[in-house]
Amino acid sequence: MNLTLKVWRQNGPADSGRMVTYQVTDVSPDMSFLEMLDVLNERLILEGDDPVAFDHDCREGICGMCGMVINGVAHGEQKATTTCQLHMRHFEDGATVTIEPWRAAPFPVVKDLVVDRGAFDRIIQAGGFISVPAGSAPDAHSVPVKKDDADAAFDAATCIGCGACVAACPNGSASLFTAAKITHLGLLPQGGPERDSRVVSMVEQMDAEGFGGCTNTGECTAVCPKGISLDVIAQMNRDYLKAAK
Amino acid sequence: MAVTGAMLVLFLIGHMIGNAKLFLGKESFNAYAEWLRTVGEPALPARTLLTLTEIVLAAAVILHMWAAVTLARRAAKARPVKYATKKKSQANGYVVHTMRYGGVIVVLFVVWHLLDLTFGVVNPEGFAATPYDRVVAGFQPSRWWVTAFYVAALVMVGLHLRHGLWSAFQTLGLVGGRNRRLLNAGAAVFSALLILGFLAVPIAVTIGAVK
Repeated sequence: MNLTLKVWRQNGPADSGRMVTYQVTDVSPDMSFLEMLDVLNERLILEGDDPVAFDHDCREGICGMCGMVINGVAHGEQKATTTCQLHMRHFEDGATVTIEPWRAAPFPVVKDLVVDRGAFDRIIQAGGFISVPAGSAPDAHSVPVKKDDADAAFDAATCIGCGACVAACPNGSASLFTAAKITHLGLLPQGGPERDSRVVSMVEQMDAEGFGGCTNTGECTAVCPKGISLDVIAQMNRDYLKAAK
Repeated sequence: MAVTGAMLVLFLIGHMIGNAKLFLGKESFNAYAEWLRTVGEPALPARTLLTLTEIVLAAAVILHMWAAVTLARRAAKARPVKYATKKKSQANGYVVHTMRYGGVIVVLFVVWHLLDLTFGVVNPEGFAATPYDRVVAGFQPSRWWVTAFYVAALVMVGLHLRHGLWSAFQTLGLVGGRNRRLLNAGAAVFSALLILGFLAVPIAVTIGAVK
């Protein structure tokens, strides 16, 4: 396969950045999107150019590091897929592919396609934890958890914090991420005692970071590689209204 | 957005049912309009209910707009650099992305609507005529463009409600799981029925079914 790539290049946070066009030849349809970028980077290095910087780590869809807006869609148009798990067979030979970083003020571009997602870490620091010494894992049946709650908590816990929800949201809102963490911890017995204070401090931190407000467009859940449901946002709103009383 | 929107939706339901009095004849419609002004008399002064409704609605509209502007400004600040590629909606389609400019169109429509049928300024019969005569004169076939404008604006109101209705429940945390999907479908059906009810009046007058 041969592709024309239009890639966002930005030397650093202070640079204004621009789209640069590259030709990539001999791409195998079995390559992942990141491997295709590896091929481009190998050539750029050989030619003495600066390789395209992009975040990646596990390359098996569970770390949440890789993330780029491909043809206007976070992680590309393939549903429930991270960029590293997106394969080139979903693209047509000769296609032009546009690649941009996540766009949000709280996610400043570090270089090219790499953004600083420290804002998510600070939301977690505001309350996305349990302040008890948990010790070793308890016996599975020592604290009963309702099956529905366990399932809902587990669904929310699959969030990998990649930031696609923010990238896709027309408001630049981080509600899906924050709500997933709040739901995950709040529904389990260990997270129960801090449920009220957690939702208030995490939502306050989310707003303080400069994320936009949720208008329920549903764009976040549509691009979420883990398919986190809008239900978590309703849960967050419910918890917040209860805690704010 | 959710609370003020809910108030406006409740008003729209009452408004739509009140409009239907038009189909019961001239006396019924005019008597209903008169009743709205005299309800509670003599215990309450004239126009008590109407004035209260007007105050609550005006406050709801202003707060709804304030919330919308606040959200829009936060959204603009949260994404100072736009995407180069045109974003395709991956979710609930086009409708949810019409809320902001759709809301502006709806407000402009409400201004015209008040000038037309409340104050009679842009109505051929003027303020002195009975409400029934104003409605019939306003939507005459010769004034087809008024009817066309009403139809377009009402469809926009319907699209606004289509997202706004279920969205309000979501914002207030009242839905989850299967209920949300049911509510989403219910919002579409409810908006369609409400707008069909509103559309019936101008269209009936224009095609001559109500004279």
